[in-house]
Amino acid sequence: MAYSDKVIDHYNNPRNVGQMDKTSGEVGTGLVGAPECGDVMRLQIRVNPETQVIEDAKFKTFGCGSAIASSSLATEWVKGKTVAEALEIKNTDIVKELALPPVKIHCSVLAEDAIRAAIGDWKKKNNVAETEGVAVAAL
Amino acid sequence: MSNEMSDNGMIITESATALPEGVHLPIYMDNHATTPMDPRVLEAMLPYFGAKFGNAASRNHAFGWEAEQAVEKAREQIAKLIGATSKEIIFTSGATESNNLAIKGIAEMYRERGNHIITQATEHKAVLDTCKRLEKAGYRVTYLPVQADGLIDLEDLKNAMDDKTILVSIMYANNEIGVIQPIAEIGKLCHEKGVIFHTDAVQAVGKIPVDVQKDNIDVLSLSGHKVYGPKGVGALYVRRRNPRVQISEQINGGGHERGMRSGTLNVPGIVGLGAACEIAMNEMEAEGKREAELRDYLKAKLENALDYVHVNGNMEHHLPGNLNMSFVYVEGESLLMGINDVAVSSGSACTSATLEPSYVLKALGLGDDVAHSSIRFGLGRFNTKAEVDYVSDKVIDVVLKLRELSPLYEMVKEGIDLTKIEWAAH
Repeated sequence: MAYSDKVIDHYNNPRNVGQMDKTSGEVGTGLVGAPECGDVMRLQIRVNPETQVIEDAKFKTFGCGSAIASSSLATEWVKGKTVAEALEIKNTDIVKELALPPVKIHCSVLAEDAIRAAIGDWKKKNNVAETEGVAVAAL
Repeated sequence: MSNEMSDNGMIITESATALPEGVHLPIYMDNHATTPMDPRVLEAMLPYFGAKFGNAASRNHAFGWEAEQAVEKAREQIAKLIGATSKEIIFTSGATESNNLAIKGIAEMYRERGNHIITQATEHKAVLDTCKRLEKAGYRVTYLPVQADGLIDLEDLKNAMDDKTILVSIMYANNEIGVIQPIAEIGKLCHEKGVIFHTDAVQAVGKIPVDVQKDNIDVLSLSGHKVYGPKGVGALYVRRRNPRVQISEQINGGGHERGMRSGTLNVPGIVGLGAACEIAMNEMEAEGKREAELRDYLKAKLENALDYVHVNGNMEHHLPGNLNMSFVYVEGESLLMGINDVAVSSGSACTSATLEPSYVLKALGLGDDVAHSSIRFGLGRFNTKAEVDYVSDKVIDVVLKLRELSPLYEMVKEGIDLTKIEWAAH
């Protein structure tokens, strides 16, 4: 399979790899996917409680190059956005940016799910009304 | 990091792994998929694309006789390699056709005697899909399971046989995990019960000793491009004595190949297959020893440098050039992407059109997550120790890098039991 230059770039130089303290009230964690499906993404955000701006984001992904690139890109995009703005990121935007082929669209869906799951987790911790649910792994 | 395009269009990503002297990228280490043609084979074939263009079926002039002579020489070269006689070799377009011809041809020919066929779960699709087709036509097929090491249990085979069983089709050696089945025992069992025994020996012929007499084989499929010969040519061995096996033809035409396979013979391809078999006959022993040493060296290097690696398939009954290994918590396609100057295969779903991980690895009882992490190394005649060094160093680099990225590896290292997590399937 031929990968786009952007996928190769994210694969070679993944952005924002790492872990944040998931017990912190400012941190939201989204763990989506399943090992048997071949992709698991964990995306974390640290939200400024005053401004609701996502000040930092980290990820780790088990999955193919497109899954790694999708989650790496997702961390770049959510940083600096408010929680409400981040929820507007659509998987189709990721598909377009990374030029993902049809067979890899599920990677972008998973990245969108990961953003929503991380925000959902943060909202739950901070008693902010949940807008929309997303299936996440129960730790 | 910059990328450059190699001569054959593969994108080579810059790598921290040192390139040993004499190693050229990309490295081909996928010899179960196909083998490069041996230059000696090509040399033998060339005249038959040029001046020696005759039709082997032309009986009344020198062009035909010349072609026929070349075909008969090849038939003998092939027969000799597997302990057969030349009259027992039927030429086909490749092993897929050989498998189709054997299974459908026997099923049809022996329909009066019974309608039951036994095969096993880890066969190549050319066998499995052929059997599925026969099921639709009213045949009964038993797909034997394999044990965790990839071998079938002979007791299972014995128990599966009944008075309607006409054919057992069990591959000699597996194309993914390299496991060699107990062929001689299977053949013996079949002969005791009067059942025909077919084996898809594509991965075994020319790599390990195969003898249709000692192995009690009645029908055997082989292919040119897996033995350093050309693509588009294969053969089917069909036993003529003790017992005489008959096969109903699947392609009708001029009655070529003793009526079993019509169609003008692919003379250059056949010459190539014959030459390839003769080379294999002479060099197989030394080559197998060398490949097994390289394979064991590769395996030891990877096992010493990395934790959570899993070798798939029984290593005692194993093809010399094969190593199938799972690098758990790293997804196979992402690993292939990191070692993209090395041609190997993965059992990961992401590398297949169906998004299903390897059915062979699943048949071993491996979890999908382990199957997703598997890489098949296929060492062959032209691989060198320097190449193995480069490939192992590179795999180690990339696995370590991807495990830094892997939430699963991190969780396992923190002592979290991944099986206790309720994953959200998508």
